[in-house]
Amino acid sequence: MEPSLASYLALSGTLFAIGAVGVVYKRNALGVFMCIELMLNAVNLTFVAFSRYYADVTGQLFVFMVMSVAAAEAAVGLGIIISFFRNRQSIDVDDASILKN
Amino acid sequence: MVSTVLFFIFAGFAIACGISLVYHRNPLYSAISLVGVFLSLSCIYITLAAPFIAAVQVLIYAGAIMVLVVFVIMLLNLDDDRPRKSLTYLYGIGGGLGLALLANAFFVYYAVSRVPNHEVNTDETVGRTLSIGQSMYTEYLLPVEIVGVMLLMAIIGGVVLARRLSQPQLELVVDEELDIRNEKEEKDDFRVSF
Repeated sequence: MEPSLASYLALSGTLFAIGAVGVVYKRNALGVFMCIELMLNAVNLTFVAFSRYYADVTGQLFVFMVMSVAAAEAAVGLGIIISFFRNRQSIDVDDASILKN
Repeated sequence: MVSTVLFFIFAGFAIACGISLVYHRNPLYSAISLVGVFLSLSCIYITLAAPFIAAVQVLIYAGAIMVLVVFVIMLLNLDDDRPRKSLTYLYGIGGGLGLALLANAFFVYYAVSRVPNHEVNTDETVGRTLSIGQSMYTEYLLPVEIVGVMLLMAIIGGVVLARRLSQPQLELVVDEELDIRNEKEEKDDFRVSF
């Protein structure tokens, strides 16, 4: 007996909720980045679960694409974080308010 | 039966590591918790008969991306995250958002459980590297090429963003000008004294 599709979707939704809460709660830009990675992984789990239950390889290919986007996001996002730290000596997202007024 | 037990073990581990990721204020502890989430999700992919995705999950996420994140954490030598002094209303918004998404997850569980015909497909060849590679390089060739171009753009963007501006060279030029100026003043002094 395999776990049902619904339990995979419930796990994915729970992980997505945890990641969304973390994006709002974290002040550290790296923490926000890691919570976004968690949300991307939750969506990947949904793709793989549907790919398994419909026997269609497209879902797993799309997981591959999402992983590439996550790698690109890591390269660009960490570059932004490093240059922000170099200018402000902090990576607190509340300090990134120069466009506010 | 075995896969159900494994699913619940690794699902519990993933959720615990996710909560630990949000809870810890030290970014290094958060990063280690995120590695735990990635590894348990990789094991869940194996129970879903997707060994290629499980291997790629460990290689790309737990291997490459988390090494980059830990490298940046070590490079920036960060302090612990502090609670907000301003924008405290964000805590209420975050709590409401989390509760709404959690309710959504349980609604999805309830709704999908009620659908009668969701038997698992026992075709084990879907997640194999062979079938993924075949459809990747025939049917989905254009998206793969576009992803390659996107990765190139991301690498160039990362290099441009993290590059140090050429201030040392500017200082060097200024130093040379100062030397020339000093030499002129010395000559002037010499001329006056002569």
